[in-house]
Amino acid sequence: MHRTVPRGLHQHETAHVSAPTYDLGKLHGGLRLPGHKAASTTEPVRDVPLPAQLILPLAQHVGDPAQPVVNTGDYVLKGQLLAEPDGTLGAPVHASSSGTVLAIEPWPVSQRLGEPAPCIILECDGEDRPIEATRRTAHYTELDPEELLSTILSGGIVGLGGAVFPTAQKLMQARTSSIDHLILNGIECEPYISCDDMLMRERATEVLSGAQVLMHALQIDSCFVAVESDKPEALASLAIAMTELDDERLVLKQVPTIYPSGGEDQLVQLICNREVPSTGLPTDVGCLVQNVGTAAAVHDWIIGQEPLISRITTVAGDGIANPMNVRARIGTTIADIVALTGGYAESADHLIIGGPMTGKSISTDRVPLVKATNSILVVLKTSFTGRELPCIRCGDCAAVCPVQLLPQQLHWHARADDEKKLREFSLVDCIECGCCDLVCPSHIPLTASFRVAKGRIQELADEKARAARARARFEARNSRLERDKEKREAELAQQKSSAKRAGPEAIAEIMRRKKRQSEDD
Amino acid sequence: MFIAIATIALLALAAGLLLSLASRRLPGESGDLVEQVNELLPQTQCAQCGFPGCRPYAAAIVEDAAAINLCPPGGEATVRRLATLLGREALPLAKTLDPAVAVIDESLCIGCLHCRNVCPVDAIVGAQHFMHTIIESECTGCELCIAPCPVDCISMKPLT
Repeated sequence: MHRTVPRGLHQHETAHVSAPTYDLGKLHGGLRLPGHKAASTTEPVRDVPLPAQLILPLAQHVGDPAQPVVNTGDYVLKGQLLAEPDGTLGAPVHASSSGTVLAIEPWPVSQRLGEPAPCIILECDGEDRPIEATRRTAHYTELDPEELLSTILSGGIVGLGGAVFPTAQKLMQARTSSIDHLILNGIECEPYISCDDMLMRERATEVLSGAQVLMHALQIDSCFVAVESDKPEALASLAIAMTELDDERLVLKQVPTIYPSGGEDQLVQLICNREVPSTGLPTDVGCLVQNVGTAAAVHDWIIGQEPLISRITTVAGDGIANPMNVRARIGTTIADIVALTGGYAESADHLIIGGPMTGKSISTDRVPLVKATNSILVVLKTSFTGRELPCIRCGDCAAVCPVQLLPQQLHWHARADDEKKLREFSLVDCIECGCCDLVCPSHIPLTASFRVAKGRIQELADEKARAARARARFEARNSRLERDKEKREAELAQQKSSAKRAGPEAIAEIMRRKKRQSEDD
Repeated sequence: MFIAIATIALLALAAGLLLSLASRRLPGESGDLVEQVNELLPQTQCAQCGFPGCRPYAAAIVEDAAAINLCPPGGEATVRRLATLLGREALPLAKTLDPAVAVIDESLCIGCLHCRNVCPVDAIVGAQHFMHTIIESECTGCELCIAPCPVDCISMKPLT
């Protein structure tokens, strides 16, 4: 399985590799961060042994949580469907191994910062018996795109870069707009994380095969594979795989190592020199970005018939005794994974799921590995970074902002809670990369305040929308009542006038007729 | 020296005359102001301010016939925004209210239509002698339906 990468292979020797930067777009700002990746990339990826218990959260994707289709006590096989998506946006959850469903109950999860969320608790029987493939095994090129998309949906595949947006829905959305490039995101710009690097080194052919499936699903003929220049082994491995596949639709692009060039919009800017519009998506400019891990997962499901039940994750940081990359079943607890690598270092202080720039701090290692977990970072007690001081308007933050915002202005307006100004300065376009925090000489936690302000703006917008609807309904009701009243008055007036027109003679006649009737009775 | 003072004084006089003329001739802004104030109110139409709806209250505020702190659903935030818009002092709320929606106990409802007829946003559905229910997403929590109910089957459910 492990591909040995020949040493000394230079990327310019292979036809598919573009020279660094010469045909790339320009990224504004960004930072060159220390990589800290060497420690976790010395060894090949290790498999984490099957744990005694797997914890599978129902919500491992963007959208509504999946609904369980199994009950407590059921025996399930590896790869069996456990929960189905509910609603329009979602992805199914599969059993990562064979065993018995112990319970469906809340368990601490990393998505909610260690707060409990509904999970399926599976007790493994250790036999790891796979479910028999029920799907017909036609080659994917014989399937029409719609069929292929629904197959991808049933594999539980989500974006493995960390955003966990259901892949099938992203592809369906892309099919409705005209797309000409697929971009495989092999850029792992955050420090410490190296899971995609190791994946590309060891499974380059599978990654590219997944890209071919995705191109067929999208019905396009162009795929750029973007990899940062600090990953020469991955670049070489991909180049060899490309030569073997001999598919001219695939082009390898080497990009400079700058954080955050791995952001979706930033990558589109770099590779295609197209700017994604404010609040827009890469599909608005004809591009679709998928993580290399997602492409490998698509390959495993479409060609290998294995749904998304495991992933590679980086275990790193100064608080880890032996940093490395591991392949673990979805549902293995972080504690089990760290134990396999050799445990925590003595002075380990706190646990971060994700990278140091955008990751989340978690208070417990009982949380399970989920589809989104690309890195388990354990850091030492951080030395005091400095007291927050007033902004001196140096403008360093504006120089590094990859979205070309003005963080110092946003900072003032966020503090003043000035919603109008925050809109004017496009707070919504902030990607929360954390570059401004890092360069701020006054140690102002800018990104955190922007996150809070974003939430408040959303709240305010919701409130406004609610008020507008209530007002529309109130006005509609008033006009209806008005209309009814006018109608009733008009009817009354008509009755009166017709009686008047008939005159007293007619009334007397009616009275006589009534009297006759009563006499007849 | 004298010429300079005279020129400035004349200019000031001319500008003053022009402004006073404009304020008298041109239509006032109060119509727009009512709309702006109304825009800031939560549109629950609950009448808890003592006026029969948000717009009448907005008109009263602009005419200075009502204080700006009478809107419980709007909360402190609304008072603050009104104070900024009108340049008045942000008084503390006269009465606070937590966001809630009305819920009908459907086992008790006798289908009398009383609540449906008072709901300012048509959030109650039902017909005579049939059970009524509240469309939760449309309910503004104005509490106007609680008093008319003859069997007291409507209660407020706080929104978390």
